[in-house]
Amino acid sequence: MNDTRNSASTQVRLTNTLAGLPWWLLIVTLAGLFMIYSFYTDKTYNSIFGFLKAGLIVTMRVTFISYAIAITLGLLTGLGRVSKNPIIYNVATLYVQVMRGLPILVTILYVSFVITPWLMAQINWVGVSLANINLLSPDNVLAKLGDRSAGLNVDFEVRAIAALSISYGAFSAEIFRAGIESIGRGQMEAARSLGMNYFQAMRHVILPQAIRRVLPPLGNDFIAMLKESSLVSVLGVQDITQLGRLYSASSFEYLKTYNMVALMYLIMTVILSLGVKITEKRLSTDGF
Amino acid sequence: MAFNIDNKDDKKESIIIIKNLDKHFGRVKAVNNVSLEIKTGQVVVIIGPSGSGKSTLLRCINYLETPSGGDIWVDGIHLTRKSKDINTVRREVGMVFQQFNLFPHLTVLENIILAQTVVRQRSQNEAVEMARKQLARVGIPEKANVYPEQLSGGQQQRVAIARALAMNPKVMLFDEPTSALDPEMIKEVLEVMLNLAKEGMTMVVVTHEMGFAKNAADRIIFMDGGSVIEDTIPSELFTDPKHSRTKMFLSKIL
Repeated sequence: MNDTRNSASTQVRLTNTLAGLPWWLLIVTLAGLFMIYSFYTDKTYNSIFGFLKAGLIVTMRVTFISYAIAITLGLLTGLGRVSKNPIIYNVATLYVQVMRGLPILVTILYVSFVITPWLMAQINWVGVSLANINLLSPDNVLAKLGDRSAGLNVDFEVRAIAALSISYGAFSAEIFRAGIESIGRGQMEAARSLGMNYFQAMRHVILPQAIRRVLPPLGNDFIAMLKESSLVSVLGVQDITQLGRLYSASSFEYLKTYNMVALMYLIMTVILSLGVKITEKRLSTDGF
Repeated sequence: MAFNIDNKDDKKESIIIIKNLDKHFGRVKAVNNVSLEIKTGQVVVIIGPSGSGKSTLLRCINYLETPSGGDIWVDGIHLTRKSKDINTVRREVGMVFQQFNLFPHLTVLENIILAQTVVRQRSQNEAVEMARKQLARVGIPEKANVYPEQLSGGQQQRVAIARALAMNPKVMLFDEPTSALDPEMIKEVLEVMLNLAKEGMTMVVVTHEMGFAKNAADRIIFMDGGSVIEDTIPSELFTDPKHSRTKMFLSKIL
């Protein structure tokens, strides 16, 4: 009687242990290992990887730079969203609502083909005007901006980075706002009662606490940014996705090329999401 | 009211002058036409049922609540919406909260140093020295390097008092400082406050601790419905309350 009960509970424990293991990670790792094995044994995979390597650097560059600009923009906008000044609050809210309401692909196209040319035209106008009153030579940099033959065009990678930055700036602004609002009112009151002004209280009391709380969601944003960066391929920016499209279209090796493209993204995102998980755990054991 | 706010000597002696103060939250009149004068060195205890406006009145003194009407002078400075004056006054007025409100990301020592360096622009060494002095004063010098969450409620509140004292305030405001504490920790906080009172600190204390009021207060104010009902010395209020509302309140709590 006792024996059967014991073995039954052992069985339950074993089942629970088995169910608790990260099987998904094992499957991803096995798939990855299998593919790495095939890359070494399969010449096609080998040459695909050689072709896509350059795209890896572009993808990372676009992601890192856009993300750095986005969180800076997001922090400032987040502060604007909790501001009591109605002008600052409304400017910040308008920006967030507009950018969150647009598909990122549309933002990329709009920034690249509407805003950037318009800005260049304005700068051209300034350049030409200055030349007309003889302050600058007729072929000054301002007037020639956008002229492809002069090599003065705004690179499409730069336009893509601008678009991703302002898009994700709006997303991370909401993360920062939520983080700031999650800090109890008493903290601001205590800081102010000690004579600190609003900015000192923000800088020394509220933000240090808020930023710890928003690290995990900001990490998730970074992963999302990495994936979303594939959209810049529509501009012809030669990231992993764009190079994959080029390679598959010329070689007709669709299966193997997109296997490779998918795996490259997957390895990066799985590593990053493990990193986010570890940060989350460490923060939760740290308390507050 | 029997005082003249234009009299300079009067202002000098009264560190806090409140004249016809109103504070409304929507239609609720939390503070209704209150006038008070508090002299340097006085220990004033404010009692009253919950919702009587005593905390709101206290929070108006350092403008954590913006008054709806009336005037406040603290240490001769007329408080208006101007943030420069508000910050100047807050520097001179320490505040202790019911929920302690220590900064959880900083150690006890850092909690006490922060405002000294940022607001008073003291050097790090000066600030540390002052912080240690104040920690000793509230009886927990050994807790300098721990984080607030590692302390008991009573210890946290004592750190909060030390943090306020490190700014060398001219007035200390206490907003129900023992209400969030377990019973066995109330005494240690009240002792610190009692010592402060003996040292001659000007204090305005909102509390339900009648023992503290009896032992330490020079003056006791009973508030109800946003108004000052009685303003007298403790022995008189406890033995011979004049107003029926005061009598009713005291009969419930004593």
